[in-house]
Amino acid sequence: MSLVVDILSAICLLTGSFLILSGVIGVIRFPDFYTRIHAAGITETLAASLILIGLMLIAGWGLVLFKLILILLFILFTSPTASHALGKAAWKSGLKPHGLVNKHDED
Amino acid sequence: MRHIISIALMLSLIWLVNSGHYNPLQLSLGAISVFFVVWLAHRMDVVDHESQPIHLSKQLPIYYLWLIKKIVISNIDVARLVWQPKTSMTPHFQRLLISQKTDMGRVIYANSINLTPGTLSVDLKDDYVLVHSLTTDGMEELLQGEMAQRVKELE
Repeated sequence: MSLVVDILSAICLLTGSFLILSGVIGVIRFPDFYTRIHAAGITETLAASLILIGLMLIAGWGLVLFKLILILLFILFTSPTASHALGKAAWKSGLKPHGLVNKHDED
Repeated sequence: MRHIISIALMLSLIWLVNSGHYNPLQLSLGAISVFFVVWLAHRMDVVDHESQPIHLSKQLPIYYLWLIKKIVISNIDVARLVWQPKTSMTPHFQRLLISQKTDMGRVIYANSINLTPGTLSVDLKDDYVLVHSLTTDGMEELLQGEMAQRVKELE
């Protein structure tokens, strides 16, 4: 039983790490600010959740489990707000998105 | 009153989980802190249906399950774009009209857009939300409005 949990936890941690790597590479590769926020979004949603779930699986029943759940909840509540604040600040200060497909957008 | 009980329960839970010490002295100190914070929040007039949305607690889990599915799918999409040798991005930037009536509905909608990578809400006004999307598919999916409809049903 504990072997199964260990393997599941390892899968979660490895997938999470891979997604964080993807997010970082995306931040470097993507062309402009707004597209880079999308890449950073991978690390803060699914990657963070998978790593925390992997840690919950090895933590077992106890206080640590609930603390990890709290961390996950706080990340999921705050990260969309943070990326909205970033995007809004960039938009309000006049940064235009690059390479748009639709040309009929606002100014 | 329901909102006050809800915030007191929530604070007590957070205190119990984060403390880990359960002797009488520390428990009573915790209880005093919870009462103090509840009193402060009540005085600041922030204990209402917005900070304690208990009227949503029935439908919200179903919405979260659907949202988790969306988050996983859109994460895979964006990760695929990152690893593709030639970037095939088709960024879109446009206003979407909002059908939600309440502030709560609008905030849930904009937050859901942000939680799914590939779409980002840049600006939120009374009747529209300004959205940047990484691909045409992401924007079209929002325009079809399944997410908007589900959030509207929550209200």
